[in-house]
Amino acid sequence: MRNIWTIAKREYKQYFNSPIAYIVAFMLLVVLGIFFALNIVYFTRNAMATYGSTPDAGIVTGPFAFMLVLSLPALTMRLLADEQRMGTMELLLTAPLRDWELVVGKWLGSFLFILTVIAVTWIFPIILNNLVVPGIDQGILISAYLGIILVSAAFLGIGVGISAMFSSQIAAFFATLVTFIVLWWMIGFPADVLPVGADVFRYLDMKAHFYNSLNVGVINLADLVYYLSLTALGLFTGSAFIEARRWR
Amino acid sequence: MIRVSKLTKDYGSRRAIDALTFEAKQGEIVGFLGPNGAGKTTTMRILTGYMPPTDGEAYVAGYDVVAESLEVRRRVGYLPETVPLYPEMTVFDYLMFMADLRHLPSADERVMDTLEMVGMEERADGYIANLSKGMRQRIGLAQALIHKPEVLILDEPTIGLDPAQVVEVRNLVREIGKERTVLLSTHILSEAQQLCDRVLIINKGHIVAEDTPENLQARLVGAERVMLRVRGELDDLPAKIAGIEGVQDVSAQDGGVLEFQFAPGQDVRPEVAKAVVKAGFDLLELRPVGMSLEEIFLQLTSDNASSGE
Repeated sequence: MRNIWTIAKREYKQYFNSPIAYIVAFMLLVVLGIFFALNIVYFTRNAMATYGSTPDAGIVTGPFAFMLVLSLPALTMRLLADEQRMGTMELLLTAPLRDWELVVGKWLGSFLFILTVIAVTWIFPIILNNLVVPGIDQGILISAYLGIILVSAAFLGIGVGISAMFSSQIAAFFATLVTFIVLWWMIGFPADVLPVGADVFRYLDMKAHFYNSLNVGVINLADLVYYLSLTALGLFTGSAFIEARRWR
Repeated sequence: MIRVSKLTKDYGSRRAIDALTFEAKQGEIVGFLGPNGAGKTTTMRILTGYMPPTDGEAYVAGYDVVAESLEVRRRVGYLPETVPLYPEMTVFDYLMFMADLRHLPSADERVMDTLEMVGMEERADGYIANLSKGMRQRIGLAQALIHKPEVLILDEPTIGLDPAQVVEVRNLVREIGKERTVLLSTHILSEAQQLCDRVLIINKGHIVAEDTPENLQARLVGAERVMLRVRGELDDLPAKIAGIEGVQDVSAQDGGVLEFQFAPGQDVRPEVAKAVVKAGFDLLELRPVGMSLEEIFLQLTSDNASSGE
C-alpha cells in the first residue's frame, strides 16, 4: 500500500509539471464550458417556447464522458512507456516494489489527477442549480458524476495497461485512443446486426453502461461491476506485460 | 555476499552469459572487466532482480535472486549504466522518492547525508535537468547508496566523468568497499587495477581470468620489461647489465636509454641499479614498460575469440 502511494504521489505531482496535463485539463474545461453554455441557451429558448424540459446534470456529464475518450489517452500514454524509454524502468524494477504495485500506483496517480479535474467541473452543476427553479435533480447529479468517475477509472486502467506495452508515448497514445474508440463507440455495432451473440457485444458496450443508466440517475450494481472489472483488467494486463518484459 | 553459480542467460537464441560462477565476499571490491557486449550488464541485471536468469543460481546477501527477489532488492544498491533519473524533478525530491520506495525512516535527513557523501548537498533544490553529466552520475550513485545497502552494484560508475570526478567517485567507492561488497563493471583497466581487490575478466559470456590485479598481471605477463636511462652515453653498460643474473634481452637505444626484461617474480631491478651506479653512471630513470594490463586484456579477450568459444 505504501509503495502504491509513493508511486501515485510522484505521478500526481508530475502532472502539474507537464504541459500535456495542463493542455488536457484546459481542453476538457473549455469544451465542457462551451457545451454547457450552448445547452443553457438551448434550454432557455425551449422554456420560452413553453414546451421545454428542465435540464439536469446530464448536460455536463454527457459531453464530459465523450471528452474523456479523446483526452485520457494523453494522460496515460506517458505512465509506463516513458519509464521504459528513459531507462528509469530499471530503477523501478530493481527497487523493492512489486510489479503490480507499480502499475496500480501509476493508475492511482492519474486517477487522482482526473479527480482533480472532475472536481473543478463541479462548478457547472452549481451554476445550473442556481439557474433552475427549484434546483436540479440531486440524484441524477450524484449518479452521473459517479458514472464519470467510474468511466475515468476504467479508461485510465486500460490506458496504463497499454502504456506498459510500449516504449514510445506516441505509440501508446494511438493504441490507447483506438482501444477507447472501439470500446466506447464501435463495440455496440455488432449487437445490432448479429443474429447470435448480440448480448455479449451489448454488454461490452462501454457507453451503454453510462448513458442508459448512470447518466440518467440509475445506479446499477451491474454497471459498477462492469467498470471496475474493466479497470482491473487493464491493471492486470499492465502488470503481466511488465512481468513478461523481465523474462524476455 | 554474492554467490553466483553456473549463471546462464539467453536472449532468444543468443547466449549472453554462459555458466558464470564467482563469489564476492563482504568488504571486497570486485571488478567486472570486459569489452562491450561481454555480459557484464546482463549479469548485474540478474543480480539486482531486474530479470531472471535462464539457468543457474545467484544469491545476494543470502537470498535467491529469483525466489526472494524483493529481499535481494531491499539489500542491493544499483547504479545502472544509463543513470536512471527524472530530469523534471529536483535532486531532493528524486532522492526522497527513492527513500520512500525503500521505506527509510527520517528520510529527509538520510537524503541530505547521502547528498553530502557524494558532494552534491548544494544542488539539493536544483532540477536534475540542469545538472552536468558528472553531477547526474553522482546523483545516480546517491540513489544507490541511500539505504546503506549491503551490496553495491555499479555498472560503469565513472563513465563520462572528468578526471577529478573520477578520482572522487573512486575514493567514494573505495570507502564504501571497506565494509560492504561492491561489484563494479568497467572497461577501464587502470580503474580495475586501482580500485578492485579482485578482477574478473569476462568475454563473450565467459570468465576468462579471475585474480587480484597484481597477480593477474604477474601471471599473464611472460616477462616484465624495464626501461633504464642514464645521463650521457651508454658505452659498455649494456654488456655489464646483460651479465647480471636474471636479466634477459637487453637492447640499447639512443640517448642513454636501455631496455631489458626479467622473468616475473625475480625482480632484478635493485641489482641493476647497483650495477649502474657502481659503473659510475648517473641513473636517471628506471621504470617498467612491459605489458600493461591493457595489453593483457586485449590478448586475453582476442585469444578467447580466436579459440572459437
